[in-house]
Amino acid sequence: MKILVQFAIGLIFGLGLIIAGMSNPAKVLNFLDVAAIASGHWDASLAFVLAGAIAATSLGFRYVLKRTRPVFGEKFHLPTSNDLDTRIILGPVIFGIGWGIAGFCPGPALTALGYGTWQSLAFVVPMLIGMLAARWLSDIRTRSV
Amino acid sequence: MTFTEFTPLASLIGGTLIGLSAVMLMAFAGRIAGVSGILVRIFPPHSDHEFAGRFAFVAGLIAAPLLVMLASGQWPPQVIETGAFGLALAGLLVGFGSIWGNGCTSGHGVCGLSRLSIRSMVATASFMTTAIITVFLMRHVL
Repeated sequence: MKILVQFAIGLIFGLGLIIAGMSNPAKVLNFLDVAAIASGHWDASLAFVLAGAIAATSLGFRYVLKRTRPVFGEKFHLPTSNDLDTRIILGPVIFGIGWGIAGFCPGPALTALGYGTWQSLAFVVPMLIGMLAARWLSDIRTRSV
Repeated sequence: MTFTEFTPLASLIGGTLIGLSAVMLMAFAGRIAGVSGILVRIFPPHSDHEFAGRFAFVAGLIAAPLLVMLASGQWPPQVIETGAFGLALAGLLVGFGSIWGNGCTSGHGVCGLSRLSIRSMVATASFMTTAIITVFLMRHVL
């Protein structure tokens, strides 16, 4: 049951990405291309994706987090850190460069796998390598401290 | 480059579904819907026993376009103009950066901003800035 529900939650996320246009890298890049505002070709759609997602999430979280525990778990796992270290800037800086090159971020890239094109694999396999490398490097640093 | 149509209504609906999914994951599993964090934790070594749930979530993400194909008879639009080298380089950077910065567009951009997390605000501002600069350089300078 738990597995089925989490599958359905992933499916809704993926359908949301597709309907929103996030699974189309051309649309993402046309949003990030702010120079196109002047020429009239800017695609502002993704601002509406973010607005819809944040509105639903902030309202929903407010309601859900009033409960004592999640349906399938003992407690809610929420990040508590407020530290502004170099990693919270450097990681996203690197992430943004990659996002700007291809127009894929992790969620849409996984959804793109379902289209069965070579391009999605050409992105997702290196993405996994990058993720595992970052985790490995992070573990080494934590251990050496 | 390919021009894409401005789709405010579809994007608002799609975004709301993404938010609904994030709320459901919190309500059922008690977890932030951060795709990069969920994905990397599928790979060993595992720190808890949530492997199956994470795997199911990722499987749902991948299955979504297949469902659209079955229901409508056609693949949803997708235009990828980046070549093999660019995709591989972008994948490496996106993968490394998302884990190094503890989150990506979903974890920081959607869930974190919704929780008014300072870290997520800094992260989102940082990746939006470099993504916009990168697109500008690639399209209008290089």
